[in-house]
Amino acid sequence: MSAVLFFIAAAGAITGAVGVVMLRNPFFSVLALVGHLVSLAILFLLLRAEFVAAVQVVVYAGAVMVLYVFVVAYVGGEGEGIGERLRGAQIGAAPGGAALRLGGAVLAGALLIELLIALLGTGLEAVDGYGAPYAPGPHAYGTPGYIGQLLLTRFLLAFEIASFLLLIAAVGAVVLARRRGGLEPEDDRGPITPLDLLPPASTGTMAEGVGRWRR
Amino acid sequence: MTIGWYLAVSAIVFTLGALGVMTRRNPLVVLLCLELMLNGANLALIAFARMWGNGDGQILALIVMTVAACEVTVGLGMIVAIYRRKLPIDVDELRDLQG
Repeated sequence: MSAVLFFIAAAGAITGAVGVVMLRNPFFSVLALVGHLVSLAILFLLLRAEFVAAVQVVVYAGAVMVLYVFVVAYVGGEGEGIGERLRGAQIGAAPGGAALRLGGAVLAGALLIELLIALLGTGLEAVDGYGAPYAPGPHAYGTPGYIGQLLLTRFLLAFEIASFLLLIAAVGAVVLARRRGGLEPEDDRGPITPLDLLPPASTGTMAEGVGRWRR
Repeated sequence: MTIGWYLAVSAIVFTLGALGVMTRRNPLVVLLCLELMLNGANLALIAFARMWGNGDGQILALIVMTVAACEVTVGLGMIVAIYRRKLPIDVDELRDLQG
């Protein structure tokens, strides 16, 4: 049963990854990545990492991917296929780009071969095993209680640093994506006096209700 | 399944991500492929954590997810800023760094 589930999830993960790399439209790439992440969460469950699987689905496939979908919808990148990339058929493509990209593909193939050789040639017998013994229970390996205890005792410093990192990233994103000055003059109204804060005399009158008066 | 199978899947996913980072030109897709590489590494981390039966690898995977979320936030902010300035959204065209 677990073998069947493994092969289904692994096929889903690899198909999703191929889809991310190959698909022409960035929007479909994002959708393929969502499928990939959910398949990966199943693999995490098979490895008894229940909490990490839940975080993967909720945070990654949920929140982060929504961010991606918004930006793709905002920017709307045009499609480009990987085949014409490798052939360099694009008009106005950078010179030498096709050769570089072909080199990248060759490099990736070499990387895969090297990783698989490292995997097959490893002398670790544990790689061919089913992992450490596991006993189910309320505080067993991989449950939220177990992870929380580790995060708040042994890995407290890493936990706090991660929270600071998130804060810095949030501030940085706001600074990066804010509207730059010079496009819309906003500050040429002079200083605000207390009189500006008073509501105009016609506030709440019938003239305002029928739209006769505008601010 | 034995741990080795999971490691093989993680190697394949990592390589596909590296292929995408090196060949695609749209920075959005490059970011997506970076996510693929991080996820391949995460799968290997969790497989090794299962192999040894302690939770350190899972904690490290969670931290990697945090770092990935930060990277996505800043990267997408940069893409939005590039788009606002009407620059081409293409990593081959964006070659100059200028203040």
